[in-house]
Amino acid sequence: MAFVKLSSPHAQGARRTSQVMQWVILATLPGLLAQTLFFGWGNLINVVFCVALAVAAEALILKLRGKPVGFYLNDYSAVVTGLLLGLALPPLAPWWIPVVAVFTAVVLAKQLYGGLGSNPFNPAMVGYALVLISFPVAMTTNWAAPEGLTAAPGFLETLSIIFAGQQVAPDTFTMATPLDVYKHEISASLASDVRQLPMFGDWVARGWEWVNLAFLAGGLLLLWLKIITWHIPVSMLGALAFMSLLFGWNPDLYTPLSLHLLAGATMLGAFFIATDPVSAATSRIGKLWYGAGIGVLIYLIRTWGSYPDAVAFAVLLMNFAVPFIDYYTQPRTYGHSKARRGAPGKNG
Amino acid sequence: MLTSVLIAVAVLLGLAALFGGLLGYAAERFRVEGNPIVEQIDALLPQTQCGQCGYPGCRPYAEAIASGDAINKCPPGGEATIHALADLLDVEPQPLDAEHGAAQAKRVAVIREDECIGCTKCIQACPVDAILGAAKHMHTVIESECTGCDLCVEPCPVDCIDMVEIQPDIRGWHWDKPTPAQRLQIIASDRQGATA
Amino acid sequence: MRPVYAFHGGIHPPENKQQSTSQPIRFAGLPQRLIIPLQQHAGAPAQPLVSPGQHVLKGELIGEPQGKISAAIHAPTSGTIDSIALLPVAHPSGMSDWCITLIPDGKDTWAPRHPVADFRQLEREELLERVRYAGIVGLGGGGFPTEIKLHPPLHDNVETLILNGAECEPYITADDMLMRERAEEIVRGMEIMAFILRPQTCLIGIEDNKPEAITALRKAVEGTRIEVVVVPTKYPSGGEKQLVKLLTDIEIPHGHIPADVGVMCQNVGTALAVYRAIRHGEPLISRITTLTGDALAEPGNFETLIGTPVRYLLEQAGVDYGATRRLIKGGPMMGFTLETPDVPVVKTTNCLIAATAEEFPDPAPEQPCIRCGQCAEACPMDLLPQQLFWFARAQEFDKAEHFNLFDCIECGACAYVCPSSIPLVQYYRYAKGEMREQLADTLKSDRARQRFEARQARLEREQAEKEAKRKARAEAAAKAQAEKASTPVDERAAKAAAVQAALARKGMTTPEAPAPALPDRAELQAQLDKAQEKLAKMQQALDDARNSNSDQVEKLERAVAKNQERVLQAEQALQAAKPAATPAPERQPDLTELQAQLDKAREKLAKMQQALDDARSNNPAQVEKLERAVAKNQERVANAEAALNIAQAPAASATAAEVPDLPTLRDQLDKARNKLAIMEQALADADAPEQVEKLQRAVAKNRERVALAEQALEQAKSTATSE
Ligand code: SF4
Ligand code: SF4
Repeated sequence: MAFVKLSSPHAQGARRTSQVMQWVILATLPGLLAQTLFFGWGNLINVVFCVALAVAAEALILKLRGKPVGFYLNDYSAVVTGLLLGLALPPLAPWWIPVVAVFTAVVLAKQLYGGLGSNPFNPAMVGYALVLISFPVAMTTNWAAPEGLTAAPGFLETLSIIFAGQQVAPDTFTMATPLDVYKHEISASLASDVRQLPMFGDWVARGWEWVNLAFLAGGLLLLWLKIITWHIPVSMLGALAFMSLLFGWNPDLYTPLSLHLLAGATMLGAFFIATDPVSAATSRIGKLWYGAGIGVLIYLIRTWGSYPDAVAFAVLLMNFAVPFIDYYTQPRTYGHSKARRGAPGKNG
Repeated sequence: MLTSVLIAVAVLLGLAALFGGLLGYAAERFRVEGNPIVEQIDALLPQTQCGQCGYPGCRPYAEAIASGDAINKCPPGGEATIHALADLLDVEPQPLDAEHGAAQAKRVAVIREDECIGCTKCIQACPVDAILGAAKHMHTVIESECTGCDLCVEPCPVDCIDMVEIQPDIRGWHWDKPTPAQRLQIIASDRQGATA
Repeated sequence: MRPVYAFHGGIHPPENKQQSTSQPIRFAGLPQRLIIPLQQHAGAPAQPLVSPGQHVLKGELIGEPQGKISAAIHAPTSGTIDSIALLPVAHPSGMSDWCITLIPDGKDTWAPRHPVADFRQLEREELLERVRYAGIVGLGGGGFPTEIKLHPPLHDNVETLILNGAECEPYITADDMLMRERAEEIVRGMEIMAFILRPQTCLIGIEDNKPEAITALRKAVEGTRIEVVVVPTKYPSGGEKQLVKLLTDIEIPHGHIPADVGVMCQNVGTALAVYRAIRHGEPLISRITTLTGDALAEPGNFETLIGTPVRYLLEQAGVDYGATRRLIKGGPMMGFTLETPDVPVVKTTNCLIAATAEEFPDPAPEQPCIRCGQCAEACPMDLLPQQLFWFARAQEFDKAEHFNLFDCIECGACAYVCPSSIPLVQYYRYAKGEMREQLADTLKSDRARQRFEARQARLEREQAEKEAKRKARAEAAAKAQAEKASTPVDERAAKAAAVQAALARKGMTTPEAPAPALPDRAELQAQLDKAQEKLAKMQQALDDARNSNSDQVEKLERAVAKNQERVLQAEQALQAAKPAATPAPERQPDLTELQAQLDKAREKLAKMQQALDDARSNNPAQVEKLERAVAKNQERVANAEAALNIAQAPAASATAAEVPDLPTLRDQLDKARNKLAIMEQALADADAPEQVEKLQRAVAKNRERVALAEQALEQAKSTATSE
């Protein structure tokens, strides 16, 4: 009789990549629910559409690359990419925006680099940034207005806005994001006046605050499950808060901290986008630097840049810095007096 | 207008001088005492001294490579050596030149000692003096020093030298690189076994 | 209470220890045969001391430590040695190794033992010697010879002695049961070690998942200065480096052993073995092995004789081979699989797991690394396992080494948590193995290079020496030549000149002739002669060498071959020159002059021969010299004849009126034949070897001459008839 010959360890932890991805998907559900509750059907339709597109694109490319399609689709990474795009794109953006974004993400940013694990940039954010640069108007005006501010489009109407190009006058169903509005308004008025705008609601920003809190809750679930570590979200939010308190302490001049944290894609970015392991820094200290970099960049771009939100650019810029960060933040191995730096030289 | 141009030029010149100086200093300060390239190449060659590359030994081939010969003529070194050389010389690795022979498992020469007539011809041929013996006495190969170059096989008048593949040894054994196929294969072969 | 520190990473795999702790330790029994590998430890294999057929007693030394790091092996019971052969052993490779097979006689008779009631009566050296000859090695799994470990470098004082009872691997309970049942003996063993090492602190580290063992130990250490320290359960807290960090907060520096920082770790089982070796004089011939896994009906711990076949042992625990999917030696984290149960238990076999497919499912296919960092979180050595994996897979071993690959303890924590099911540890083992191999190859190739260069230098030196010798010889020869040239004896030059003059004259008389660049036959002939002479000399030397059996034979052979070639070339050149010369019909060699020369030469030759004959009878000392002179003259005669023949032939073909001097030629031929006959006769008579050799040469020359003469005759005849 002959038994199998395998290298140790023989015991295996329970969690597989696909399970990790499934948990990530699950953890976004509160956010998606909040989005649907407060902003209508747009996001949900977007999510479903993007996920379908992403899976189709991934399957196509895998087929072209001659890889086992089922095996790789099973890791759910394409689903996550589509999901993140669906969550991040403006809910009422016309259908071709998700199409361009998803194909860029899956084909260019992921598969052309060799598929899961080999992509230096966060695929979803590459897709997002591309459409943001290419179609700035469509990308900034098609945000659904929070529920109760305008007439809410029904499910079919939303479908026809997205897919049939049904023209809607600006501000019928859509409006710019609160971050965008505050930034523009504050240059001409005082904080107390701006805050009177109905979109800011009673607390931070109508609807947005709940969406962000929902994503925060999902993120905490991931933390609790040890799927992500605290380093990136904490350092990112901390750096954003630090910058905001340092430069923007005066709400009459700058967007206040509360808006930075609870409007826009901050929480989605902090827990679901910046933590994408493939394109993030690896060591704990590296993750701290990486998150902090994202936080600082988000503040800089939101405050002094021309784009109202900045998560995509900040994450991509820090993706560039990852090799550099990894290079300088190798942990100190047990028994070594200090950490090793970088790669070996040819002569050394 | 003119002054601003002048200032710009002056600043650029100043920067050029500064960085030039810095670079020069760095070049002096951090100079790397590199081996001559031939030494480095020679260090990568397997030192089998078999001459299959067409040169009388590894060093001559190293010299030839340094002066531009192809890096893929060394069968004993095989792919690994070609890659190392390509790395060192910053060129594209090429497949092994079949003209010079195929890569082979590591081997050693073994003299069938009862057939040896003690002619000393193999001693003359061995490039690393790994054969012991005197005229009219039995010869033997110092196995640990034999590079497996084959050069002693031809001169032997009674053909009593065999090249023997080095068998894997329990003390030198190590795990292979995992291949996805290997794992799937385990499962597949086992299924077969189960049904049989 | 002593503080407990922390180490980075670690995991909490399901412990699965309760299966094997429900029953006390049982004795596994005496199998039909015991297979005792010569190597059961780190270092060099033992040297067998027995031969097949020999009867041995229990505890008798059957293999002696060989070299510094090695361990003795003993007969686990009394019986007969059956064989010493290559048999499958418990090794991840599944290969065979040298083993002594013992057939027990069932009597289990002990060899004489030398118990020591009070170890304090003995010198430390004496104690160490006893530990060495008891064959004790680290029983935790490493198998490092204990005596070596107890011999720390002189400058290092061991301040803290730690007994490792953590046993962090899932499934394994051998140490746990040992501590529960034999805590007293363990503590006594530790006291012996402490007596040898004299540490300030003695600690026993144990994980908090073994409450019974903790209680037992606490009780046993009462009244001693040994402290039991309970550490939280976390894999791999039983790793030496991790336990040292946990108990002392000291990190063992890279490339050092714990003793370098004043710490030493020993396994609890080792302590017990030391106690038994000193107190009872019993060598290490058995150990506790945990048998567990879902394919066993009665898992538990067994006191097992070293050499017991795994198959026999598993049967004691009610194995179901049909349900067994993986058979693991060691724990599920660091153990290796056995492909067959027909291997023996050795000193380091702490656990055998017969696992079903449900227990340890076959690994899922490897997925791409998603850089999730879980592995780095789990790594107790604070490495970056995912980086090591990338480098190992890409075979960038130098980079892997730079990322401290060799600090990896192969604990498997990273592979355990990896969500992509990457066999990380196998990658590291592969990379380490390749690097070790490369290192060995580099060492070997460096040695080969040195040897090659040394040989090259030697050959050059020899070449230079030979060159120098040759030059010296050439100079001497030149001097001799010069002397000879001053004597009138040498007529060759004159003769050659004469021939040339004749040729030249001929050329002048027929200016319309195309006058091709005629090869100087005389010169060629001279060259040929020289070459032949040299060849002969070489042959002579070669023969001498052969007789005296010197190592120059080979070289001389080569030289002879070279000279033979040279002779051949010269002959060819000469041959080529001859036909070129013969068809020139107008040429009129000065026959008379040549004839005169020939006559003169013959005359001299005759004189010489005469002298030689005289000398032979009267003056043996001169024979040699004369012989040489004769030979030279014979040659000269031959040359002259040749020249004459050549001159005659064209002359004959040129003018019909001139009758070819056939009778003369025939006469010459006859003479030559005669001489040859004489020579041959002499050769047949001769018996001294030198003489034979020389005569042979002479015969050869004469044969040539005859051939030449015949040729000339033929030529003359043919020209005559064609006219
Ligand atoms: S745990 Fe596995 S997938 Fe995650 S980083 Fe490590 S090797 Fe990659
Ligand atoms: S096997 Fe090596 S790399 Fe993996 S966790 Fe253990 S020490 Fe770290």
